[in-house]
Amino acid sequence: MMAARTDIRRYTGFGALTALCLTVLYVPLIVVAVYSFNASRSITAWAGFSMRWYVDVFTGPEAPIFRAAAWNSISIAFLASTVATVIAVAAAVAIIRGGRFRGRQSSLAVITLPLMVPEIVIAVATLIFFTTIGVRTGYGTILIAHITFCIPFAYLPISARLQGIEDSYEMAARDLYATRWQAFRLVLLPLMMPGVISGWLLAFIISLDDFLITNFVKGAGMETLPTAIFSSVKQGIKPNIMAISTLMLAVSIVFVTLSFLINRIGQKTRLSKGEGQ
Amino acid sequence: MATGPGSSGAGWRGLVLPLLLPSWLVIGIFLLVPVALMAVYSFLTKDFRGGVIWQFSLDAYDQFFVERGLFGDEPPRPNWTYITIFWRSIWQAGLATLLCLVIGFPTAWFIATRSPRYRTLWVCLITIPYWVNLLIRTVSMRFLLRDQGPLNEALMAIGLIDSPLRIINTNLAVQIGLFYSYLPFMVLPIYAAVERYNFALSEAARDLYAGPWTVLREIVLPTVRPGIVAGCILVFVPSLGAFLAPDLLGGARTYMIGSLIDEQFRGSAGNWPFGSAVAMILLTMVLIVLLWQARVAMREKR
Repeated sequence: MMAARTDIRRYTGFGALTALCLTVLYVPLIVVAVYSFNASRSITAWAGFSMRWYVDVFTGPEAPIFRAAAWNSISIAFLASTVATVIAVAAAVAIIRGGRFRGRQSSLAVITLPLMVPEIVIAVATLIFFTTIGVRTGYGTILIAHITFCIPFAYLPISARLQGIEDSYEMAARDLYATRWQAFRLVLLPLMMPGVISGWLLAFIISLDDFLITNFVKGAGMETLPTAIFSSVKQGIKPNIMAISTLMLAVSIVFVTLSFLINRIGQKTRLSKGEGQ
Repeated sequence: MATGPGSSGAGWRGLVLPLLLPSWLVIGIFLLVPVALMAVYSFLTKDFRGGVIWQFSLDAYDQFFVERGLFGDEPPRPNWTYITIFWRSIWQAGLATLLCLVIGFPTAWFIATRSPRYRTLWVCLITIPYWVNLLIRTVSMRFLLRDQGPLNEALMAIGLIDSPLRIINTNLAVQIGLFYSYLPFMVLPIYAAVERYNFALSEAARDLYAGPWTVLREIVLPTVRPGIVAGCILVFVPSLGAFLAPDLLGGARTYMIGSLIDEQFRGSAGNWPFGSAVAMILLTMVLIVLLWQARVAMREKR
């Protein structure tokens, strides 16, 4: 019996294909990370270990461009993900806690719309919109575009979390004469927090990641990290780009780990709630 | 869904409108209105300096579908230039999807059959690349596949090939790039479906003398089909309008829809109505795919 159980789950070759999958996903990143420590100016030959390209990123001739671009990227990602998260929390409370109301399905469709429309279409449409109403493209237009497409990414983890919280908590608070705002801020929001943080982190990374839409609505002279890297790569891959890439890779890994840990905490609190009943 | 009968008890019901207003306003004004405006633009006349003249015209769609010669005086015949680009995009996205499925399904299966302790770790391993900047990942792939890149060097060093493989700037490079970009999107929904799969079904089939591959084909695949369909769409749709992979890994002969649209909005040589028309055609195709999926999902629920 035991042998049969393991047997039905095993297929010859599936393990090998999984290994192939991970190889494809990781080898390019590892190779670039290794070559970013290459002492040589050439990107082909290996000339020993060196940190010179990391120094170059911060002090080299292109450093001012990258510093400005990094600041734009990070500040836009911070503002866009924060605004998107606030909007998403409000929407999630309405959709998950609002009972059955007219327009619930269409609200859900509207919120997830940025995920359905191809990125290039959003990019073109947004550029046309800002041009038509006569707004000069720049920092502000990038920020608005980012808020818009970050909303669904913030919404999904938040609504998933909220679905797992029973409404008895807020009801108890309300029975004890808490106002709606108090019930939300002191009871529901702390319970939702793991989802809110996950949503914020996801939106932040998605904003930091965006190239296509930003490239359309950034206007002249305005760069974010992806657009600056893209224009640099167009003239050939240089070692300093590999150093920047490796730094961004490290930031991404920190974010995944954070999100992973927060999810774990979230699952634990959900579990303890189940036990308490 | 999770809302019980007494869910309005905490008083959120009365606040539904103000709570939903911000998301409706932001997405309405900055996505729905712009897409509607783009549809209008596709019917306008192009201006020579980039931009448009507000005058109704079917020129953009005419340019897409009909060929009238260099001076527009020849008898109209179908224009294959742009249809070929669309066809190539569909083909490339389709092959990338197939490649993702062939590698992604076994991976998802493998992860879902690990012990629950390790599953999260495996899922994390698949998710990490998704969190890494897509531009950086595509650049890394370009670096790896170059003629003098590490892949060719390694293959030559072990004596498998004598001269570098020409991968970059080919259709294959674009397929590899798309496959690599969207592989996690295939693995995760299939994993979610396989995780819910009741292995007793496999056991029952095996007891009735079905071979393991018959079980996979006849029992497992139909059961986890919604996950497979979701994965395929999550890979196919972004691949269709992809810009980075064709632009950085492909060459002039691997031109796809994304680059065609992008080009129409660059500098003063562009053609905004034509770019809008191409984007409208792409959007229509994507909506057809999504509606088809919604119908399949509805039918499976019943």
